[in-house]
Amino acid sequence: MSDATTRIKDLVEQTPVLLFMKGTRSFPQCGFSAKVVDVLKREGVTFETVNVLADPAVRDGIKAFSNWPTIPQLYIKGKFIGGCDIVSEMAATGELDKELLAAGLK
Amino acid sequence: MIAADKVRTLLQDALPGARVEVEDLTGTSDHFKALIVAPQFAGKSRIERHQLVYAALHEEMKGPIHALSLVTKTPEEHTA
Repeated sequence: MSDATTRIKDLVEQTPVLLFMKGTRSFPQCGFSAKVVDVLKREGVTFETVNVLADPAVRDGIKAFSNWPTIPQLYIKGKFIGGCDIVSEMAATGELDKELLAAGLK
Repeated sequence: MIAADKVRTLLQDALPGARVEVEDLTGTSDHFKALIVAPQFAGKSRIERHQLVYAALHEEMKGPIHALSLVTKTPEEHTA
């Protein structure tokens, strides 16, 4: 495993709610990343973010890690949940709330 | 850059029988929104459906397509 993949794996496994995004939660640099930050804030959960723009190895590594070519990517308890469309849809249907409850995070 | 029509053709070739609508969101041929209604999505999770779409656009996702918003439905879900 490459250094970046090891770091990604550790982060994903050790962080209950983790969002790989472009920019930071205060200054998202992409509308899709901003949208997922908003969804998570509305869900009222504690979450960590990784700014992929600050780390090209992570930016490429995370795409291979999940076999998913786009950012943002949300992980809950080590499980890949999806990108902006999926997270938004799950928030609208209440599935995201259920997922967070099931993970003991709400 | 890639034309919306080209994106639609690639998706229709990868998912025979699918109904595909592709919209160029910004007029700059790199940010798209797609509605894909395909029988191949039956029994698949949202993640698996999106991965099918991304696989069909593998090369394009590396550069020409900067953003792709997806709605993926089976024919049954779409008419429901």
